[in-house]
Amino acid sequence: MLATTLVKIYKKRRIDFLLTVAGLAVVLSILFIALLAPYIAPYDPYVSVDEALLPPSPKHIMGTDNLGRDVYSRILYGSRTVIIVVLTSTLVSLVVGSTLGLISGYFGGKVDRALSIVMDSLYSFPGLILAIAVAAMLGPGILNTIVSISVVYIPTYFRMVRGQTLSVKNSLYVEAAVAMGASHKTILFQYIFPNVSVIIPVVFSMNVADAVLTEAGLSFLGLGVPAPIPDWGFDLKNGQRNLLAGYWWISTFPGIMIVLLALGFSLLGEGLNELLNPERR
Amino acid sequence: MASLKVYIISRLILSIPMIFILLTVVFVILRILPGDPVLAIVGMKASEEQIEKLREQLGLNKPLWAQYVDYVAGILRLDFGRSMIWGRRPVLREIMDRFPATLELSISAFIVSVFIGLTTGIASSVKSGKVDVALRIFSIVAYSLFIPLLGMLLQLIFGVYLRWLPVAGRKSPLVDIQTITGLYVLDSILTLNFRGLVTSIRYLILPSITLGVVLSGVYTRLVRSSMLDVLSRDFIRALKARGIPEAKILLKHALKNAFIPVLTMMGLQFAILLAGAVLTETTFSWPGMGTFLMERIEYRDYTTVQGTIVFYAILVSFVSLVVDTVYALIDPRIRY
Repeated sequence: MLATTLVKIYKKRRIDFLLTVAGLAVVLSILFIALLAPYIAPYDPYVSVDEALLPPSPKHIMGTDNLGRDVYSRILYGSRTVIIVVLTSTLVSLVVGSTLGLISGYFGGKVDRALSIVMDSLYSFPGLILAIAVAAMLGPGILNTIVSISVVYIPTYFRMVRGQTLSVKNSLYVEAAVAMGASHKTILFQYIFPNVSVIIPVVFSMNVADAVLTEAGLSFLGLGVPAPIPDWGFDLKNGQRNLLAGYWWISTFPGIMIVLLALGFSLLGEGLNELLNPERR
Repeated sequence: MASLKVYIISRLILSIPMIFILLTVVFVILRILPGDPVLAIVGMKASEEQIEKLREQLGLNKPLWAQYVDYVAGILRLDFGRSMIWGRRPVLREIMDRFPATLELSISAFIVSVFIGLTTGIASSVKSGKVDVALRIFSIVAYSLFIPLLGMLLQLIFGVYLRWLPVAGRKSPLVDIQTITGLYVLDSILTLNFRGLVTSIRYLILPSITLGVVLSGVYTRLVRSSMLDVLSRDFIRALKARGIPEAKILLKHALKNAFIPVLTMMGLQFAILLAGAVLTETTFSWPGMGTFLMERIEYRDYTTVQGTIVFYAILVSFVSLVVDTVYALIDPRIRY
């Protein structure tokens, strides 16, 4: 059943399908790496295992950094940091933003107007700079990084879910539910939310892509997870001082990983958008 | 024209609550979130006395509402306080020293991104098949690029290996540029300083390309979809029927109409541009607002950090006001 549907989609929209699959493959492989890091990493990512600044060789396929740590092992472990931080923070934004948006859109009134204005203002502010401000005040730490990033994406979910709620609210089946005397809770969660939630996967995927870049940006600026923890953005920054002397491998590999992960989620979101909402084209 | 005036005035009034809310958000982040700025400034080892003194100096010993009133009143008087380090200069003056560098980078990155976005977007809307797919993938890749990575690769190729372009700073230390506006390219032209012009352009190239390419993906996609939309309309068919050359239809008639959605995006794109500028400036040691903010966060110069973020907030509101006004000027439908 599923297979035939997939074949049908493939025939009709080959490119969208391929993009989605490519995105999914990239995302899944990085998730897999994160899961298996301790088993596949050849060295301990925290300690010096060889001479510093060794170029890529069979022994260290991505070379060693300025402290003699194995770049490849740090990249494998670094996938855990970025995935934990990014997925947790986007999930927090998703839950908080969607709940507020649902309630705000459904009940309307003054609270709705006030919340909308606040969320619109936040939305208009440069995301990374907002995250920088929060992170600078909270100080370093994984939890603080998660908070800083989730603040940035709450307005996205709020605006989207609120807009959808407003358009679903006046439909006939909701009116019918009201006429039957259904409670607010029932209407919200059994009638409105299921219809609003269809757009969430696409937005979530696009958002994660953006959050990957924000997380890497924060770490690159020295406001992400604290120092010895392997992290792509931080390792990229760490390699910058040796870059101009020609030690390209310390920065380049973590940077490529950041772009790959962001690209994976972008492709996934883009493809899903085209496949799930073809009428929006 | 009266309706335009009304529109602009009402839009101006609307931007007041927006600025106010942003200022409040900044206040909440900087004063109410956990994390004591005073402790952060003096460190954990400071004596009670020192901490008290600094608290008083910053006005942090007052109740929260009084702090808020002080804060808003200060900003309304354009008094952002004084920096806490290096001669305690007024924060606004320090920001103004760094702002032109960011403005110059933003303008030239913007030009790069619109240029790439327009050419690829138009190409993508006209050619179907492989070109379209390739450009669609380009726009996704551009959007996913990490600015510091692209910047470093360009530094490596054009700075280290080919030695064509400088990789850090705004101008050669050997050339003097008399500053008038603070935009080096413009200043060099105004003072007829040829060497200044060459050096400022050479230093501007890599950062602008880095930031411009990353931002261009959004425009590619936007121009493509709005061109496709315009090209399917009746007036285009009418023009074709009259035998007007394809290129002229495309560039004169279609593009003009397709540009409106692109313009609406510019307000939001500006916020992304500013955020991207922080990363670009850090990568290229570009002495703008982004590097300034990061520098002062590191020095725990609390008042300056606050002032810079407030400045960003005002800047974003101002630009969105300008974009909306231009939009109303171009498209009469928007003025109600």
